[in-house]
Amino acid sequence: MATVWDAAEVKSTGRSSRQSAHVALPATKTGAPRVRRRLGPGPAIPFGLQIGPALLVLLWVGGSALGLIDPRILSAPWTVVEAFGRLIEQGRLQDNFVTSASRALIGLSIGLVIGTLLAVIAGLSRIGEALIDGPIQIKRAIPTLALIPLLILWFGIGEGMKVTTIVLAVIIPIYIHTHNALRSIDSRYVELAETLRMSQKDFILQVVLPGALPGFLLGLRFAVTLCWVSLVVVEQINATSGLGYMIDLARTYGQTDVILVGLVVYVLLGLVSDGLVRLLERRVLTWRRTLAN
Amino acid sequence: MAPHASQLNAVHVRNLVRGFKSKTILDGVDLDIAEGEFVALLGKSGSGKSTFLRALAGLDHDVEGTGTLETPENLSVVFQDARLLPWRTVIQNVTLGLPGANGQDAGRKALAEVGLAGRETAWPNQLSGGEQQRVALARSLVREPALLLADEPFGALDALTRIKMHALLRELCARHRPAVLLVTHDVDEAISLADRILVLDEGRFVEDLRIDMPEPRDHGDPRFAEFRSHLLRSLGVNLPGRKAA
Ligand SMILES: Nc1ncnc2c1ncn2[C@@H]1O[C@H](COP(=O)(O)OP(=O)(O)OP(=O)(O)O)[C@@H](O)[C@H]1O
Ligand SMILES: [Mg+2]
Repeated sequence: MATVWDAAEVKSTGRSSRQSAHVALPATKTGAPRVRRRLGPGPAIPFGLQIGPALLVLLWVGGSALGLIDPRILSAPWTVVEAFGRLIEQGRLQDNFVTSASRALIGLSIGLVIGTLLAVIAGLSRIGEALIDGPIQIKRAIPTLALIPLLILWFGIGEGMKVTTIVLAVIIPIYIHTHNALRSIDSRYVELAETLRMSQKDFILQVVLPGALPGFLLGLRFAVTLCWVSLVVVEQINATSGLGYMIDLARTYGQTDVILVGLVVYVLLGLVSDGLVRLLERRVLTWRRTLAN
Repeated sequence: MAPHASQLNAVHVRNLVRGFKSKTILDGVDLDIAEGEFVALLGKSGSGKSTFLRALAGLDHDVEGTGTLETPENLSVVFQDARLLPWRTVIQNVTLGLPGANGQDAGRKALAEVGLAGRETAWPNQLSGGEQQRVALARSLVREPALLLADEPFGALDALTRIKMHALLRELCARHRPAVLLVTHDVDEAISLADRILVLDEGRFVEDLRIDMPEPRDHGDPRFAEFRSHLLRSLGVNLPGRKAA
């Protein structure tokens, strides 16, 4: 690291000493112009995000190959790959994947619509807030897991219960973040809208909703994560299909390789869906210039 | 049919009182601004200039007060910050709340007037501070206001940009002829732009000065200097060794 900094310093010294020869600069003790320390994290390392995971996989491969990892605790990577191929051949992985993904998608979509609607109603009207905000805060204090027994009594152990659980989990972050964003629209913009004599409709469509969009998208990211978490929970408690069921079944037969296949699929799903939300964020919020880019 | 006095005026204020808690900020203020008249309002920091301007703009919902206040329906405000919506493009900001295609054309024209033709689809945070303030001016102009209220609109700009903005504002006002109330800290700015200068102090206008110099006004003109020292004295600034006159 040090050498890189030195090189940069030498270069800039060479240039600015010549240029500043005629200018009376306040003399520094060393005589070399200072290179300003940058406060940001600095330029990105190529493939920086992949380094940590790659290291973990390497440890896994090494540990399994050297026999340091007991296959009953953690199957070797190649066993997992084999299991992956076998599960695909049998069609089990695809079937379970489709079941799980559609549960998640349906739950997420319904929760998204309900959460957004509630947030908009509570965010734009005092009566709405009085009616909605309290119950949501109460629901927020109850862990979704704790509701499952009640939901089973109400909906049985079928799809209805599973989707409802996901919906209830997803509503919360969507509502909280969207509502908060709606409530914290800068009052200067409200003033502006007043002086421009904007109609209520224009005010909501041009100022309030676009201004709350970043908050909504943040809520969406949390919601997507929560959606997968609750999916796992409902599928491992009471299910006869789905990834969680596949994993739970593998547990009873002690098949760590199948468990790992399931986990890998969960990881991919989580990463892909988070990536999609981020992509959406970048497309929709082009006006934002943030530290990230 | 003799026109009523207040119909000729863009602004008609009588005995306006405004205050916060028990503190009185405006203590029975009277003011008439004629149509097309350019008035600058000076005053120490905290003297209540913004309070007065916000009262005219109808933005002081939760300020206590009494008095008569008549302003045209069609007034426009320029704030110290450009106050552009960051999530709307420049042209969308200019035409905010205006209906349809007419608005689009007028917006384009207004942008050209402030020298920003071609920047229609830029985002506000891609513009410099001066450019943002010009967009805010275009946003005001496109509504053809009868009264333009500006609260230190150039306060955040550097001296060079400010001089250019003065010229632009003078030109725009000459063309559109709105009545203007410009709140400013800058005595020179007030003298070079205004037809009339008010000084607010202790809740009252203590000065109402007509600036009858031809435009453009030369800062080196001895009358300019005279106005300046007079106003500075009203503002409580005593320049030492300047009692030559
Ligand atoms: N919302 C408020 N609540 C209480 N007091 C206020 C409020 N707004 C302004 N004031 C007080 O009213 C007085 C006048 O404020 P105002 O903003 O009108 O001053 P100003 O002349 O515009 O000052 P400046 O030149 O610094 O902008 C100040 O003493 C200020 O502290
Ligand atoms: Mg002020």
